[in-house]
Amino acid sequence: MAAVPMTHVLMVAAAIFGLGLVGVLVRRNIIFVLMSIEVMLNAAGLAFVAAGARWQQADGQVMFLFILAMAAAEVAVGLTLVLQIHRRFGTVDADAMSRLRG
Amino acid sequence: MLGLLWLVPAVPFAGALVLILAGARLRRTGVAVVGAGSVGVSAIIAALIAIRFVTLPPAEGFFTQRLWTWIRVGGFAPEIALRLDALSLVMVLVVTGVGFLIHLYSTAFMEGDDGYSRFFAYMNLFVGMMLVLLLADDLLLLYLGWEGVGLCSYLLIGFWYRDPVNANAGRKAFIVTRVGDTAMAVGLFLLVTRLGTLDIQGLMQRAVDQWAIGSPLAVAVAALLLAGAVGKSAQLPLQTWLPDAMAGPTPVSALIHAATMVTAGVYLIARTHVLFTLAPSVQLAVAIIGAATLLLAGCSALTQHDIKRVLAYSTISQIGYMFLALGVGAWSAAIFHFMTHAFFKALLFLAAGVVIARMDDEHDMFKMGGLRHDLPVAFWTFLAGAASLAALPLVTAGFYSKDLILVETWSSVLGGPWLWIAGLVGAFLTSIYAFRMVFLTFFGTLQKPPTGRSGWRLHVPLIILAILAVVGGFVELPATLGDRPYFSDFLHAALPAVVNDAARAGAIARLQIVAGLVSIAGIYVAWALFLRHRSLLARLTRPRPARQLHHFWAAGWGFDWLYNVVLVQPFLWFVDVDRRDAIDRVYDGIAWSARAGWRALSATETGRVRTYATGLTLGAIVITAIVIFL
Amino acid sequence: MVPIFYVSAAVAFLATALAISRANVVHGLLDLIVSLLAVAVMFLTLGAPFLAALEVIIYAGAIMVLFVFVMMLLNLGPQTVEQERRWLPPRAWITPFVLAAVLLVEVVVVLGGVDGPALAGEAIDPRQLGTVLFGRYAIGVELASMLLLAGVVGAAHLGRREGGA
Repeated sequence: MAAVPMTHVLMVAAAIFGLGLVGVLVRRNIIFVLMSIEVMLNAAGLAFVAAGARWQQADGQVMFLFILAMAAAEVAVGLTLVLQIHRRFGTVDADAMSRLRG
Repeated sequence: MLGLLWLVPAVPFAGALVLILAGARLRRTGVAVVGAGSVGVSAIIAALIAIRFVTLPPAEGFFTQRLWTWIRVGGFAPEIALRLDALSLVMVLVVTGVGFLIHLYSTAFMEGDDGYSRFFAYMNLFVGMMLVLLLADDLLLLYLGWEGVGLCSYLLIGFWYRDPVNANAGRKAFIVTRVGDTAMAVGLFLLVTRLGTLDIQGLMQRAVDQWAIGSPLAVAVAALLLAGAVGKSAQLPLQTWLPDAMAGPTPVSALIHAATMVTAGVYLIARTHVLFTLAPSVQLAVAIIGAATLLLAGCSALTQHDIKRVLAYSTISQIGYMFLALGVGAWSAAIFHFMTHAFFKALLFLAAGVVIARMDDEHDMFKMGGLRHDLPVAFWTFLAGAASLAALPLVTAGFYSKDLILVETWSSVLGGPWLWIAGLVGAFLTSIYAFRMVFLTFFGTLQKPPTGRSGWRLHVPLIILAILAVVGGFVELPATLGDRPYFSDFLHAALPAVVNDAARAGAIARLQIVAGLVSIAGIYVAWALFLRHRSLLARLTRPRPARQLHHFWAAGWGFDWLYNVVLVQPFLWFVDVDRRDAIDRVYDGIAWSARAGWRALSATETGRVRTYATGLTLGAIVITAIVIFL
Repeated sequence: MVPIFYVSAAVAFLATALAISRANVVHGLLDLIVSLLAVAVMFLTLGAPFLAALEVIIYAGAIMVLFVFVMMLLNLGPQTVEQERRWLPPRAWITPFVLAAVLLVEVVVVLGGVDGPALAGEAIDPRQLGTVLFGRYAIGVELASMLLLAGVVGAAHLGRREGGA
């Protein structure tokens, strides 16, 4: 069975992570920001799975499971915050929440 | 019994602690019981110890109680140790006894004050500190008590701190005495470095062993200790704080600024008399300072209108007598005068306090008058105190103590006619101003009737002190009047007797007659000028030079003005000029850069999540780069 | 299997790029689902079939459904698309792209140091995974359960209406 080189998988993961990062930095809509964070988590999970496959151990996959659980919790809280923000400020613009300005 | 010695200072400290911690929650009666009671218990213990000490004296003549070692650094190990000998016993009895009477008086006098528990907390702390000062076996512990009473003095002068005048008076007292205290601290450093200990007995022994009479080190140390004593006891040239210290409540003036704390300087010199004996020039300076102070303060007391300021100047003057006695080597005479002075001066202050309170806080004697029928208790006790102050012959305590000082000043090898004449003139001035107070306040026409009433807690201390002010002198009867020098004999266990010059020792009876006549003459002059022939007084003060002299004396010989011009103003000028010096630049620079850094950093706080995320990314990039390239 | 990996990698990359650049949130979500499915395929090729199933079920299924529900609750109208366009001028992309590119280059440099042995395509079956998960990582499971509980409580608390209990 042919195999994918480790380096390539990690590069794909890095590329997807980079896209997620761009998303976080560029979007003002909080929903897009949350989506971008999901992308980044997913990319990190990909790297874990690759490492698990490289060493033929289940540990990498276990890590992905934890990431999954974490992402679920984070999305639940994050989306409730989006709802709350929308209710309070009438917008989903992340830049509108700037009361902490120094 | 003697083992309970530590309780004497500990009980007032405990009282102060209770009042500080729980004073706000206690009722007024509770505060009064704790405040006066702790000093009362202390006085009772002191009295029991005294009985035991007198009936069964310790073999060496003193009793030492070592509690614990305070610090141990190298060879220097000052101990918390109490020492009871004849000298400290007399002082402790007076401080606790008079202190208790004044506390009892205060429970009624301060009744309406908001700071009732605060007042008693300070007073108890003061008594505790004073007892530490007196009982200390170690100069370092003595210094602790010394500074402690200074602190309490400051707190109590500024007790009514809402009036800036009172707060300023407190600060003045603190700063002026600090001048002396600093000199004293330097003296202590010198003693430690040269003799290696501060334990008083060891110190005296080593000083005698190592230093010759008149050696420069002994002179320096004695002079520095003298400076401390001068500051604390309000002698020339550091006397300016005491008249202003009358801003405090009257019981404070009675306890701290008349009876006890201001005599700490006298005690210090008596305690370290060996050092002063080693430095005859300094001892002469003590006598001269005493003589000059008693004259200057006596003149100033003559011109004051405020009854409490008269008493303040009178206190300075009487401590001048004690210094004079110390200066001529009449150690026990100084302590004797300390004791009688504590009785009659506390009495005068407390009686004056009653008068002032009943006259609606009126301090000016010229606005009083004719009060002897309305305030009989205050009048009779004040009269007893004034008679004692004026040293009315034979019947008053003040006569015996002052007479002893005058006689020994005359006869001592260190004294002589000149110092004696100064003391005699001072005695004349004393009896004038003492009875000037009596005549202006209690005789003449009634200008304003007193209001309110005073209870037994005010009167009982007055009466007891009045009795003491009269009979307190009979413990020491001079050779011409029965020859029963019990007091001197008792003190000679701790203090050496005066060394008399054989050529001058024979004239005691004549000196006493002269002193007695001078006292009576002073009373007559006071009666003539301030009661009988007021017009004479007016004629006397009409010429311009006389009026100027009056002003000059009333302002305390211009010392405040002098210090203001010589010290305060140049200092303020220098501070003003020096406001922008190089060192300030450095600190300004620190402040400026902190502000600039704050501005720069707060600019990064945009409040936008995206900016923060960008910052995180940049950080990740930099750290990864460091990992890669380094 | 190898070509499938590269194809799905390309799909995932493109879909992600679209997902983050859309003006319409729902379009973005759909792109994201595509991306997640592509990642699931990659998992399959990397010998993690169970994770591939979870990716589809939980990520693409449950979590994305959450997003969709929230979209529904927010009830954003068509004017939001216009607004998104205004919020995304082309120059806004420059800095993030430069930063991400630099980071990517750095990662590539790091990966250059890694010798690249071929991945063995042997699958790790769910039994193995479960043994490890509930054996060595039992504490991790407990912690994850607590985290989820906290997420539920937190969401319930934050989601309450103003003034309501």
